[in-house]
Amino acid sequence: MVDIRKLWSVFETPEKRFVVHQDLDLTVQRGEVLSIVGGSGSGKTVLLRQILGLETPTKGEIFVLGQPVGQLGRKGAASRIGMLFQHGALFSAFSVLENIAFPLRELKTLPSALVREAAMVKLQMVGLKPEDGDKMPADLSGGMIKRAALARALIMDPPLLLLDEPTAGLDPDSSDGFVTLLRSLHRELELTVIMVTHDLDTLFELSTRIAVVADRHVIVAAPPKDVIAFQHPFIHDFFLGERGQRAMELLREYPFAV
Amino acid sequence: MHPVFMPDFTPRIEQQPAPEGVRLRVLGQWTAAQFAQPRLLKALRAGLAGTSVRQAWDLREAEQLDHVGAQLLWDQWGRQWPPKLELLPQQKAVLERVARFTVAAPRPRKTTWMGSFLALGAWVLHAGDHFKSFVRLIGQLALNLGTLARAPHEGPWRDFTGHIYRIGATALPITALVGFLIGVVLAYLTSQQLRQFGADAYIVNILGIALIRELGPMLAAILIAGRSGSAITAQIGVMRVTDELDAMRVMGISHSFRLVMPRAMALAVAMPLISVWTTLCALAGGMLAADVSLGITPTFFLNALPQAVSIGNLGLATSKSVVFGVLIALIGCHFGLRVQPNTQSLGEGTTASVVSSITVVILVDALFAVLFKEVGI
Repeated sequence: MVDIRKLWSVFETPEKRFVVHQDLDLTVQRGEVLSIVGGSGSGKTVLLRQILGLETPTKGEIFVLGQPVGQLGRKGAASRIGMLFQHGALFSAFSVLENIAFPLRELKTLPSALVREAAMVKLQMVGLKPEDGDKMPADLSGGMIKRAALARALIMDPPLLLLDEPTAGLDPDSSDGFVTLLRSLHRELELTVIMVTHDLDTLFELSTRIAVVADRHVIVAAPPKDVIAFQHPFIHDFFLGERGQRAMELLREYPFAV
Repeated sequence: MHPVFMPDFTPRIEQQPAPEGVRLRVLGQWTAAQFAQPRLLKALRAGLAGTSVRQAWDLREAEQLDHVGAQLLWDQWGRQWPPKLELLPQQKAVLERVARFTVAAPRPRKTTWMGSFLALGAWVLHAGDHFKSFVRLIGQLALNLGTLARAPHEGPWRDFTGHIYRIGATALPITALVGFLIGVVLAYLTSQQLRQFGADAYIVNILGIALIRELGPMLAAILIAGRSGSAITAQIGVMRVTDELDAMRVMGISHSFRLVMPRAMALAVAMPLISVWTTLCALAGGMLAADVSLGITPTFFLNALPQAVSIGNLGLATSKSVVFGVLIALIGCHFGLRVQPNTQSLGEGTTASVVSSITVVILVDALFAVLFKEVGI
């Protein structure tokens, strides 16, 4: 689904030159839930934005669904790739339903009754109520914003879904609810999911594979158990610290395969 | 019915004779991306028009069926399951979700006389609310100025000087250009008329009074309203959108003291200065054009000017500019503070701010003209 080869990302300021990625390789298979983890400043979000074509890498190639990433942004991109931004990025001037219907409406060929119904179906699939469709994004809670944004990302049933910190800023209850929703959608819609997250609970509950970005490249991309067994200072700190131990309980309770 | 050159995954319906009657085969990719092709949906709907839910449907050969495609079929079926339907489990899941979540469209709201009447009332109340909060803003500014007079060292002086630079100094080139050109145009137009009467020398009086008393302050105020009034509304509006205003209130810092007062004070100082600058540039332009078109030398122009324009006009122009400045700042802040946290409201607020400040500037200018018509002439 996604193939990243020999990727270099270099940011230059007048004083200094930052190499964020150096010869980074990553492949994502169909049906996977791949989580990208790494310390802050390790370029996880940059990587996600490069997969989306929002940023151009300095060197290297990215293929998404077999095409170079530059060709994704054309008309109907919403049918190929869906993105859930960290803060939802709902259009604040539109109601929730208009937000969800927006990619379909922009095709300009579908009758508006059909667009409305299709948006209504997606609205309810993510666990919102039909009445919520008329609300404005400013009137929604954090969890509802994420759900509405997810519905918008999925409106054209893209095979690939990208998530940036899907549970950041949610309380534990809505976070759990959202993770359950993501898991059921992944199963029902046969999605391939790539996500960036810091939340270990989310990480262990959803991922079928974890890619760790450190030292400017992917040091390991493997199922969670193998990642934990990998010897690296970052992995040790990240997963085996006190915080990690707590989340690790989940490993015993939940099976990984989703 | 479909041309052969069409690729295989075009969504389509084919009728196939079968023992129990006609069997409808759903073929191709029934996805939103396919429906995006122009005219395809129309042709597809035309093909669907003759079908009925009671016929036999076969979806198994369809390459792909997404929720939009399923919705199209479901609506065609009149939102019920066809009795004879053959499909794959995965297609069944999609159709079941669509069936479960499809809700009836809400009835469109009709406009009634009562509704229009109530809307008018709401509009009046809204306007009243604007007026009330504007008056409150003026009152708050007066109170804040009192606070500042008692404890001048606590004032937001850095903001004040910053605003003077941004609103005043950076506006100098554009106001100079506009003023100069208006001066040239005015001088050329009047010189043509004056030459017919042989009253060439009176161009000094006309330009002097028109530019110093009216056009200079007014032009400057309109330019600043467009340039800085909108900026003030947008700055404060964005602070609302990003919760910065709430953060400020939580810290116990008053919006009017920290945001409104420095801007009002800066404009009250900068506006008369810009107005003088604009007037000077306009006079320079007028002087140049008078020299070229009427042969009136700059020396004569400068000598005649003090006799043509009494000193009272200068005071009037300056005091007018101070009022304009304060009004522009207050209107900008007023609309900025009323912005709702969304992009649409921010745009509307900025537009409303510029339009009302320019209107108010012109209204107040007319008021000054009526009240002080005895002064100077």
